[in-house]
Amino acid sequence: MTLSAPRPTSSVVARSSDVAEGGRYVVAVRDDLHIGLFRFRGRLYAYENTCPHQGGPVCQGRLVDGVRERLDAHRHSLGLAFDEDDPHIVCPWHGFEYRITTGEHPGAPRFRLRSFAVTEENGEISVAL
Amino acid sequence: MPEPLPSQEITTRTHTAEILANARRDTERYGLDEIFIVDVDSHHAELNSWRDIIGYVEDPVLRDTAEQMMVHRPQAGQLALSNYKAGLAFQDAGSRIPHQSGLAEPVPVDGNPRDVELVRRAMDAMSIDVQVVFPQPMLEIGLHPEPGIAVQLMKAYNRWFVEQILPGDPRIKTMLGLPFEDPAACVETIREFGDHPDVIGFLVTSQRHAGVHRNEYLRIYAELEERGLPLGFHAGPSWQDSMTATMNRFLSVHAMSFVTCNMTHLTNWIVNGLPERFPGLRTIWIESGLAWIPFMMQRLDHEYLMRQSEAPLLKQLPSDYMRQMYYTSQPMEITDLKLLEATFHAMDAENTLLYSSDWPHWDFDVPGRVMSIPFLDDTAKRNILGGNARKVFGL
Repeated sequence: MTLSAPRPTSSVVARSSDVAEGGRYVVAVRDDLHIGLFRFRGRLYAYENTCPHQGGPVCQGRLVDGVRERLDAHRHSLGLAFDEDDPHIVCPWHGFEYRITTGEHPGAPRFRLRSFAVTEENGEISVAL
Repeated sequence: MPEPLPSQEITTRTHTAEILANARRDTERYGLDEIFIVDVDSHHAELNSWRDIIGYVEDPVLRDTAEQMMVHRPQAGQLALSNYKAGLAFQDAGSRIPHQSGLAEPVPVDGNPRDVELVRRAMDAMSIDVQVVFPQPMLEIGLHPEPGIAVQLMKAYNRWFVEQILPGDPRIKTMLGLPFEDPAACVETIREFGDHPDVIGFLVTSQRHAGVHRNEYLRIYAELEERGLPLGFHAGPSWQDSMTATMNRFLSVHAMSFVTCNMTHLTNWIVNGLPERFPGLRTIWIESGLAWIPFMMQRLDHEYLMRQSEAPLLKQLPSDYMRQMYYTSQPMEITDLKLLEATFHAMDAENTLLYSSDWPHWDFDVPGRVMSIPFLDDTAKRNILGGNARKVFGL
């Protein structure tokens, strides 16, 4: 006989209006589980507010676009620039950055935020816990 | 509907307890309240009290110069006479790490300087029982262009810290910086403050171009050895030396200069036989991380075996002397557990490693960092978090 894993339950955690485009909303779902909601180009993302590095409050950090180094055809550096297609959330404890769209550290994807499936219906946002 | 967190974004004005709220989870997970934790390296922001510190400068002409600067130059109230370097302003990674920029949270006035309350908040949040507190830009004072000013500022800072900060909480301790440009003033400093119960050692700020083996410094070491007080070497950054001047990113400067300054002094210390000349003097290497230690052990042993005639005072291998020294833990480079385990073995970390947070700096380590290391047993963790410090400092 095989036992199936318990199905995640969906919980309403915020109103749609709580999460602005390009913004974030961090809620205490339980005492031991805080979740950050992010909206980028209309899509919602949900991550645990715990950095896989040292446990910092990652979702309460600075939202800033990822940085790229521009090279010309001869591979000369043209300096740094922000990538508007790749917003990051930065853990305020130590600066570990994660892509909002994937939850991965841009330079070391083995560091990945715990993510939750998120749905939006009738003006309410739910996450699968 | 769940409640939103009170601070959606942590800034320089967020309460320390809220910034470090997640550290409380480690307290419960690891039972940290039951463990004696000594933080051997943390910092307060002395520039916020710079006007007060300047008031402690003994030289009346220099003090007047500073006071006139503060009257007539808008920003001199936090900089007068100092050698604050632009590189330090890069430490917060473009404001990505706000607590490095500053702790600007409100603090009620209770008669203590605000730094005392900020230290208390950090200790409470991280379950720390004793915290050794150091300044920040003053750690670069060894690079001041005028040695006489460096001596005056170090002496003023020390007296201010002893009179204004140490009385604020018995859990706060320090190792006072020595005015190393003036060996006689160093001895005076040790004699003046060495009996203070909260001054648990003295410090060489490592960013300086001084051969610590030179004869003029030996009376400092003799004084410390006689009193049973340890000597720390606190690392710092420099973007101005011949090596780091080539670098274009603070990441590079920090990765190298926080280590090479202590590598330099440790090399001079060992090769010139100071562990043999001062066998009772305990030395602590502070804030250089750990990854450099096995490198130096192998490198110095390798060279010594071929050039013994240049280090005739040594009776053991350099690595043997290194295992008789002490090291603070932060920033602990945990990127490869096998390398970390080999490092711990090489340095006898169970008996030589001292936990340090380096709070509120950008690369600080919470005590849970030590508790999470999988290859350490309970005794080793307790030694590193506080037992070794209790032994070194006689706490």
